[in-house]
Amino acid sequence: MSAKLSEIKNGNCATVTSIVDSSIRLKLMEMGLLPGKAVTVLFRAPLGDPMAIDVNGYILSLRLDEAAMILVEEPSLAIA
Amino acid sequence: MKIALLGNPNTGKSSVFNLITGLRQQVGNFPGVTVEKKTGTLQIDGNTHTLIDFPGTYSLYPRSKDEHVVYTVLSDESAEDYPNVVVVVVDQSNLERNLFLFSQIYDLGLPTILVLNMTDLAQRNGLSVDTDKLKTFFPAAHIVSTNARIGMGKERLMTAIADMAKAPPSRRTPIPLCPIDDITCQEQEAEARYTFIHQVIDSSLSRIETEKKASVSKLDRLFVHPVFGYIIFAAILFIVFQFIFAFAAVPMDLIDLGFAEFAGWLSHALPSGVFSDLLCQGIIPGIGGVLVFVPQIALLFFFISILEETGYLSRVVFIMDRLMRPLGLNGKSVVPLMSSVACAIPGVMATRTISDWKERMITILVAPLMSCSARIPVYTLLIALVIPKTTILGIFNVQGLVLFGLYALGLVAALLVAFLLKFILKSRDKGFLMLELPTFKSPRWGNVGITVWEKVRVFILDAGKVILAISILLWALATYGPSESMKKNIAKAEKESKALHLTKAQTNHRVASAKMESSYIGHLGHFIEPVIQPLGYDWKIGISLITSFAAREVFVGSLSTIYSVNETDDVNKRLIDKMRAEKRPDGTKVYTLAAGVSLMVFYVFAMQCMATLAVVKRETNSWKWPLIQIGFMGALAYFGALITFHLLS
Repeated sequence: MSAKLSEIKNGNCATVTSIVDSSIRLKLMEMGLLPGKAVTVLFRAPLGDPMAIDVNGYILSLRLDEAAMILVEEPSLAIA
Repeated sequence: MKIALLGNPNTGKSSVFNLITGLRQQVGNFPGVTVEKKTGTLQIDGNTHTLIDFPGTYSLYPRSKDEHVVYTVLSDESAEDYPNVVVVVVDQSNLERNLFLFSQIYDLGLPTILVLNMTDLAQRNGLSVDTDKLKTFFPAAHIVSTNARIGMGKERLMTAIADMAKAPPSRRTPIPLCPIDDITCQEQEAEARYTFIHQVIDSSLSRIETEKKASVSKLDRLFVHPVFGYIIFAAILFIVFQFIFAFAAVPMDLIDLGFAEFAGWLSHALPSGVFSDLLCQGIIPGIGGVLVFVPQIALLFFFISILEETGYLSRVVFIMDRLMRPLGLNGKSVVPLMSSVACAIPGVMATRTISDWKERMITILVAPLMSCSARIPVYTLLIALVIPKTTILGIFNVQGLVLFGLYALGLVAALLVAFLLKFILKSRDKGFLMLELPTFKSPRWGNVGITVWEKVRVFILDAGKVILAISILLWALATYGPSESMKKNIAKAEKESKALHLTKAQTNHRVASAKMESSYIGHLGHFIEPVIQPLGYDWKIGISLITSFAAREVFVGSLSTIYSVNETDDVNKRLIDKMRAEKRPDGTKVYTLAAGVSLMVFYVFAMQCMATLAVVKRETNSWKWPLIQIGFMGALAYFGALITFHLLS
């Protein structure tokens, strides 16, 4: 299921599929957010924005509009 | 040999710098730009090498003013700071992202030392790096592992540098960087680089434990909590300012007293004349006026650097960003605005971390509206003068409430002006945050001490020069005047004193007051009187407003001279008595409640600080912004005071 990273709930994992072409795409890539990278949403600031994600063991905080540039796929929950 | 020190932010780069240079460091600027450059020296086998600390960056392609210098220097072999050797510090616990910058630098072909720092953190996370395998990917690099925070690995790093100095490795063919404005090229490079880095990681990094699930630490749960997060931040702010005001008062009084005593002693010891006057009334009080702020600035940066070292400050940015953004500011604006409560100069300098041009500009422009410590003597005097010492509701001291109100007025004005500037300033790029939240660590006291020392030095050198120069200029303007009227006035004062049978000291004060009235500054005071009359001020206040440009607290000293108050004992009380008695020619009081409060409002808003203007000029590289600042703050001050005066009278 495809979604924006900004829509992912705290505690959930997601895999980056692509980044919308924008002035910050390069910077997001340099921070390690490339297609195929699995990230975990850790927590959000009190007003829900910015959000903090785990990228390979370090914590990156992104404003929601920055996170909305990152398209992700949530691993489909296996239904037993 | 010139050695460049590079690395991502939060990798312990400054610990490595302090580890190998100790206190042998200097702060300056990179040529042509106002980015801070720390250099240090190290001695190896009798040879002296220079270590240059570059701003922390995630990539050679810049995203802020500070980072730009890294690209500029490393892409130009003729640059003054182009290094012979580069030392790249990487955080071993976060190798993937750190290797991005390292591989970019490695490709430049310079002799390179890779410092694998934070070995302890990596071990705790169950990570271990196989340096032999790592070396197969970067055959020309020296690899050294350190834990700079506890001083481990110094010898290894020094040996690596010594080896490079003894037998410089031959230059490899560089792989050229992308042009700075070719984003497509840079994106392709980023993608290719990470593909390569994944190979490196797969082969040389091993996880001892099974993959640990990313989790939120207990501290983060607390610090970003919707309620406790803000309560903790407010409590920390409260404690920090309590400490600053409690502990800075004693050394500040000592500095004040020391300089006054010294000037007094010197004026007796030296033969009287222009030189003695210049020294005792211009230069020495000028230097004192600079040094008196040092205790507050040192304490403020002591606390800020502790908060920064522990990693807490980035959590503050995180929880404040959403609140600051509607005002055109950034979470990172919080620290500069906080600093400005002590002094706007370090506040303006602290905006460098804000990568977005517009958000940085707005922060710089509104920072001087925060009530700085130089305004305190002015507020204290005026409150004691016109605000009654009563309490309301039995507990609230009215004088205290007014003081609090003045601070609040400055803060509200800063936020409102920021909000307006958001619509006025135009910027092509959208602001972004993209901030790393580092792991929590206990502070390294050595690093804290060095930061405090640097900030104090920059303040003394930058602000000091301007304050001193203005003090001397104002002294000259207050000492000299059109000679005819000056002589006449002095003679008149002497005659009056004789007729009144005044003591020698009283006569001297009366003469000094007459001298000031007929000096150039006295004329200036009269000249601007029509403009400030609607605010409830007379020419004497006008003189004090002008002299306040050196530093706001000079207001008190100028009034003391004008009202010929003896400067030794309890100046404030006697000055207040004189000011209370002061009448206009028509017999009404000068310092009414309306005039007093109007004057307080004026001091909240007015840009009366040459040193801040000079720093803003330096930070923005143009006179345009400081001029805009004088303009809008002056307008706020004038109309704010005008409205206040008419509402209250």
